[in-house]
Amino acid sequence: MSNSYDLIVIGAGPAGLTASLYASRYQISHLLIGSQLGGTMVWASMVENYPGFDSITGADLAQKMIEQVKKLGVEIKNTGVIEIKRKETNFELKTENDEFLEAKALIIATGTQRQKLNIPGEAEYLGKGVSYCSTCDATFFKEKTVAVVGGSNAAVMSAIHLASFAQKVYLIYRRKPLRADPIWVERIQKEPKIEIIYETNALEIIGNGSLMTGLKLDKSYQGSQELKVNGIFIEIGGVPGTDLVKVLGVELDEKGYVRVKPDMSTNIPGIFAAGDVANASGELQQIITAASEGALAANSVYRYLERSEKQGSPYLKEG
Amino acid sequence: MIELTDKNFKEEVLLCRIPVLVDFWAPWCGPCQMTGMIIEELDKECEDKIKVGKLNVDENPQVAVKYGVMSIPTVVFFKEGKEIARKIGLEGKEAYLKIISNV
Repeated sequence: MSNSYDLIVIGAGPAGLTASLYASRYQISHLLIGSQLGGTMVWASMVENYPGFDSITGADLAQKMIEQVKKLGVEIKNTGVIEIKRKETNFELKTENDEFLEAKALIIATGTQRQKLNIPGEAEYLGKGVSYCSTCDATFFKEKTVAVVGGSNAAVMSAIHLASFAQKVYLIYRRKPLRADPIWVERIQKEPKIEIIYETNALEIIGNGSLMTGLKLDKSYQGSQELKVNGIFIEIGGVPGTDLVKVLGVELDEKGYVRVKPDMSTNIPGIFAAGDVANASGELQQIITAASEGALAANSVYRYLERSEKQGSPYLKEG
Repeated sequence: MIELTDKNFKEEVLLCRIPVLVDFWAPWCGPCQMTGMIIEELDKECEDKIKVGKLNVDENPQVAVKYGVMSIPTVVFFKEGKEIARKIGLEGKEAYLKIISNV
């Protein structure tokens, strides 16, 4: 079958790209598949802690990594995987385009996805006021009123960034106080355009069909449960992209990340994980840790395939 | 790849005889850079089917406002002067290819 590989790397962020780079050097026949080229790093406006670069944008670094992998002749499929099935001797993947692919081993490098509020109107008004990227979209809200949801560093930085465009910024946080670092809390309190609404949740995004016009809150603020805003920026963190592997019985840790051994293997033979989706580097979700885990995972796949070949046994034999 | 502006949009896009893919972007937007990589490939691979253009929303606010673009990257497909499809956010190349094969 032409769609059959020794390895399929799922995810095209720094973990997946590095895994592919190493797999190429080990001459493992493989495919790299991912719907988000570059992964989370493309959102980083400046990276100053990746060795060899004083300062580089996340998107530039991503582009360099992608070009490096492409130069090695790797096939990159820029789409999502919607299902993985565990067969007797291999894995079968179904893509968003209903294409079927097979591999003897998998590296799961699906990273994290932006957490959504999961409230009515959120999907409907995406791009009509709802945004997940203040760096990208702040300019569309010049002299407008916007809300940011969240209490982390990212949420506070978003609010401060937006304040230099918008006329008014509300920061809505479900708890009190903010959980951002003191330096950010101090900065946001000095911003005259920003008003913080504590211990409040957004229940619904309302609009007129073509644009959002406001938010429904779970408690009233200044006498009303409806807050009139032209935009909402959702900054409530990320969730590990484990939907694909959970159903296969891949073990997760208590926070929902894939539990890996030091060699990046999981509890299922033939499935390895690397990067933000894996629990290898704890809280440290960095480009360099993702890259390093990707390299380790590719090395482990190399040894796994070699071992399987020698034994002449089904690749998925337990134990 | 065509550089679209508020000035040439009507002629290059709305009056174009073949379908046009318009990539709304800005230099400060990281995900837009990835979309830029993808549509550059589409430009080469699909030149007999579609025209591909980039519109910098910072320099060309009129078109962006007219088509209600408030989040980038946004890719809009036009045919015979009308919008026929839109993808908001960073999408995979195959998602765009699917639309192109149906235009």
